[in-house]
Amino acid sequence: MIRIVDLYKKYRDTVALEGLNLHVKTGEFFGYLGPNGAGKTTTVKILTTLARPTSGTALIKGIDIIKNPIEAKKHTGVVPQAINLDMELTAWENLQIHGLLYNMNKKFMRQQADYLLAFVGLDKHRYRLVKNYSGGMKRRLMIARALLHKPEVIFLDEPTVGLDPTVRRQLWGLLKKINQEGATIFLTTHYIEEAENLCERVGIIDRGKLIALDKPKSLIASAGKIVVDVLEDDQLTSYFFTTRKEAGDFVAGLDLPATVRNANLEDVFVKLTGRRVKE
Amino acid sequence: MKGFLGVFLRELLIIRKRIVKMLVSFSVSPLLYLIAFGWGIGQKITVEGMNYLSFLIPGLVAMSSMNRSFAISSEINIARFYWKIFEEFQAAPVSNLAIAAGEVLGGILRGLIASAVIVVLALFFGVHLNLGILFFLAVLGNTFAFSSLALITSMLVKSHADQAMLTNFVITPMAFLCGTFFSLKTLPAWAYYTVKMLPLSHATIAIRAAALGKPMPWNALGITFCFGIVFFIAGVWAIRGAQE
Repeated sequence: MIRIVDLYKKYRDTVALEGLNLHVKTGEFFGYLGPNGAGKTTTVKILTTLARPTSGTALIKGIDIIKNPIEAKKHTGVVPQAINLDMELTAWENLQIHGLLYNMNKKFMRQQADYLLAFVGLDKHRYRLVKNYSGGMKRRLMIARALLHKPEVIFLDEPTVGLDPTVRRQLWGLLKKINQEGATIFLTTHYIEEAENLCERVGIIDRGKLIALDKPKSLIASAGKIVVDVLEDDQLTSYFFTTRKEAGDFVAGLDLPATVRNANLEDVFVKLTGRRVKE
Repeated sequence: MKGFLGVFLRELLIIRKRIVKMLVSFSVSPLLYLIAFGWGIGQKITVEGMNYLSFLIPGLVAMSSMNRSFAISSEINIARFYWKIFEEFQAAPVSNLAIAAGEVLGGILRGLIASAVIVVLALFFGVHLNLGILFFLAVLGNTFAFSSLALITSMLVKSHADQAMLTNFVITPMAFLCGTFFSLKTLPAWAYYTVKMLPLSHATIAIRAAALGKPMPWNALGITFCFGIVFFIAGVWAIRGAQE
């Protein structure tokens, strides 16, 4: 569904993407994980044609986004990182504008808007000005808007940033439902838990390069399922082990405070880069 | 041009929400000019064979319609840098031509509203304007040129502050120098020809002739539309350039 081919992006002296190659399958829930400034948003901006690559290209449903951007965009929906709703307008008016931008038939637009506003729990708030919405409501409206024209691919750029844990979990449920209904989802995040909970496959990006790509469980297994965090001179160092027994033996031979726990995607990132995702 | 209606609908909805505030704010400065220059200074002055108030009002239509249609540059800037709404247009399957047409038509509409406000004010000052098709065309040309110029500048600037500076250096001098308040014939030759290179000079001549029922200087009207077409084409290209 999404094929990225040798994508490079350079902003003056900074290389944001360095030869990115990636294939996201139809119906897949794909997670794109990395720290701030890793190149996640740049990738989404290029895939949604908001930015031009320095070289390389990408195909959406086999359509080249550089050669035929308008055709490619008919199949995509975007939930950007920043809230880009029109605050002076109501939810319904925001959806109406979106429907016209995607050249939707009026009847279909109304049906979809009714369905989606109910789907995201905003049907009773459709005529309220968006500026009076809470952060979570705005995010849900952005998701409804992105789905309005029934796109086959949805790009979500850090959709849960700044939301409290309860609202974040509500959104996760919503995203799972959208994926179950057949949409391919490309989700960027720097929340480890989000990637682990939602995504079938995860790509880890760092400094513009894809450094790992697999199912979350496989990535964790490749790093070592068990982690021992050892506090040494006020510095936390992580050691990776395949079994809990190996980890236990290691701790037994230590003379320092240590914690044994299951590994997660953050540990995969630490093992690959020596840094934490949130650093 | 698919998607053009989406861009224009947004402009219409915003105008509808703000219409009362807009009408009030669009009438403040023209009203002050009319009182200060029309009643205050201009009572005993004649310009080009007519009383100053009759000369001034078409000039104010030109100036105000320019200001208000150019003001979409700030609106686009806020939509682009602050609200990020412009990204919604760019991420949609809409051509740059359709985005440009929607935004420029929004600017034209604002300019036409500003002109209508002055036409109503003129009635209170006892000045009757000739409101025929030529007057409408001349105002349309002016608003088209300046909405399109606004589109270019809003795509080229990197911040809202840059936009304000550009307005100060480009629009404010034009508002005062292009025959809105005085006859261009009084200028020395070098100044006259310099000012004639600016779009508002031609628009003012065309609007004044139409408003006062004088023969239409077709070259002035034509040049105004030519500026509009050139600016519009450049505006479409500027949208492409605004991609990161």
